[in-house]
Amino acid sequence: MAREESSARASEGKVMRHLFPRTIRIAAVTAAVIAGAAGAAVTRAGAQQAQNFDTRNFDGVQLDIQQVSGNVYMVVGAGGNTTVFTGPEGVMVVDTQFAPLSGKILDAIRTLSDQPIRWIVNTHMHGDHTGGNEAIAKAGRTRAGGNVVGDIGAAATATARIIAHENALNRMVMLDPPLPSAALPTDTFFNARKDLLFNGEAIQMFHQPAAHTDGDLLIHFRRADVVSTGDLFTTVMYPFIDAANGGTIDGYIKALNTILAITVPSNVNEGGTMVIPGHGRLSDEQDVVEYRDMVTIVRDRIREYVRRGMTLDQVKARKPTLDFDPRYGNDTGFWTTSMFIEVIYKQMLAANPPKTVKPATPSRRTNK
Amino acid sequence: MTRTGLCAAALAVLALGAGASPAAAQVELSGVWQPRYHEDLPERIPGPELRDYLGLPINDSARQFGDSWDPSRITLPEEQCRVHVSPYILRGPLNLRIWVEKDPKTQEVLAIKMYSSTYEQTRTLWMDGRPHPGPNAPHTWMGFSTGRWDGDMLIVETSHLKQGWIRRNGIAMSDRATYTEYLVLNGDMLTHIGVLVDPVFLTEPLVRSQDFIRAQRDLPAQTWLWVCEPVVEIATQTEGDVPAYLPGEHPFKGEFETKHHLPEFAARGGAETMYPEFKERIREWLVKNPRPAPAKGK
Repeated sequence: MAREESSARASEGKVMRHLFPRTIRIAAVTAAVIAGAAGAAVTRAGAQQAQNFDTRNFDGVQLDIQQVSGNVYMVVGAGGNTTVFTGPEGVMVVDTQFAPLSGKILDAIRTLSDQPIRWIVNTHMHGDHTGGNEAIAKAGRTRAGGNVVGDIGAAATATARIIAHENALNRMVMLDPPLPSAALPTDTFFNARKDLLFNGEAIQMFHQPAAHTDGDLLIHFRRADVVSTGDLFTTVMYPFIDAANGGTIDGYIKALNTILAITVPSNVNEGGTMVIPGHGRLSDEQDVVEYRDMVTIVRDRIREYVRRGMTLDQVKARKPTLDFDPRYGNDTGFWTTSMFIEVIYKQMLAANPPKTVKPATPSRRTNK
Repeated sequence: MTRTGLCAAALAVLALGAGASPAAAQVELSGVWQPRYHEDLPERIPGPELRDYLGLPINDSARQFGDSWDPSRITLPEEQCRVHVSPYILRGPLNLRIWVEKDPKTQEVLAIKMYSSTYEQTRTLWMDGRPHPGPNAPHTWMGFSTGRWDGDMLIVETSHLKQGWIRRNGIAMSDRATYTEYLVLNGDMLTHIGVLVDPVFLTEPLVRSQDFIRAQRDLPAQTWLWVCEPVVEIATQTEGDVPAYLPGEHPFKGEFETKHHLPEFAARGGAETMYPEFKERIREWLVKNPRPAPAKGK
């Protein structure tokens, strides 16, 4: 999740028109009516996330490579964390950060493997995780055979393939300005899971519907025992619920619990399955537990306040995130604590509308 | 003086004393150590009472964290084997073994190791001058520690800690905390003083001390083990539930201060409650709010 302002950011209305196809737009408009002003703020954040932020100067960014387990590495730069998985069949790259960082990402990959990049996986559609798709895919090549290769020649194998959930692709093709076709996912799926055996490693991709967005994937490298979470888990900020792109707080909490269902720690809750977050430091199950607890507690508080009929201002006055603000809060940037509270409030209100108090029916009996 | 004030004074004395010894005369800490609990016993052995934050330099965020903490949280399977972080683990019941690891070719000290029987935690205090890892490295219960000798005093700096407890009633230590320790040997007594800095939950450093006595014999093997296997304890608990109290609605609000006849402003803690001058505020409050006479027959 990038915090930088995008000079290329279009007005909210324009972005809304281009982010959504017609049918989705109707649903979005309906949701916006429910969400009100808070929805507008979240939409702005979502639009900001969707861009590539090409105007930023990345010259000073230095990548940090962390070996996670076996041949799985975490590469930290300026966008979302990148996972690099190497082996005799080639390289898989999960998330590609911002476009201007592609050269540095490729240099980092080359320090880890001289095998071709075969696969890119996008955990979701945001530009800080997909910006390098085009350059990194073009630096790789895929395997293809049969008549198709005879028909189109080397072009059939000229780039790495890009996996994403279909919802992510649907969002990406609606971006304005449009992404080049070479930056778009080439292999999508619409069901709950996609499996792949690569470098002898069973790799499972689990779709998490309506969480950070509506096209999020958790990537589990089963033998290395590593989970790449995309922005379904971070160590640096409150979860960004991109409501404009299908994100919900309840779905986000479900995704966190799914991560916990996948991870297995040692007998003292440390290590075991390692977790590469969308942003922040390398983690394990216990770090996800702390984060899940925080998000659930804040959601539960606001849900209860909504149930009691409180307004948004009243909820904010209760400071439902006070205990977590020094750790995760932000007063500025694209995703503030206030926006986090607002999106939960609006979604809790939509899910649990306060009961309408009917006027008392006049008694048929008269007091005599 | 409060316990914290005593600790600060002790630290100053220890630092002076340690500085008088030649650097080469490094003491031997290897052995089996057992804690003494004369300091802060109620907090360390029976366990702290709910909403007792007295003597802790906490901020409002830490208070709300503690006020919301429902002890049922530790019934969750994913919380049952939660380890005490290194700034807390030496305060509980444990057997402690310390030994030195040396480079076999040079006999230079590479590291001092500490094994706590509680949660079977092995801690490495690197003595070879290596730097701490960068910000993207994982955090652990024991953290990453480097040590150096200042005369006869071992000074240890720890970073990369997981979130843990400052007090075991919901007062949390964040994963951004750092910890500095001072270990001093006096005969067969080892004094350990820890200074915790936490930019998330503390307004000032928290200083605490513990003492250990060298054991003359080793302990049976099984006393060094801690086997933890999480299980579902509450059949009706829904997966993903996180027990917590709403802020301001703690069911035992007021219990601690009523039981001990203390003002609420003392129970709520804060840096002021660490210092000796705070006794005067308590005294003034007691003048206005005298302890009720015990009922007849009791």
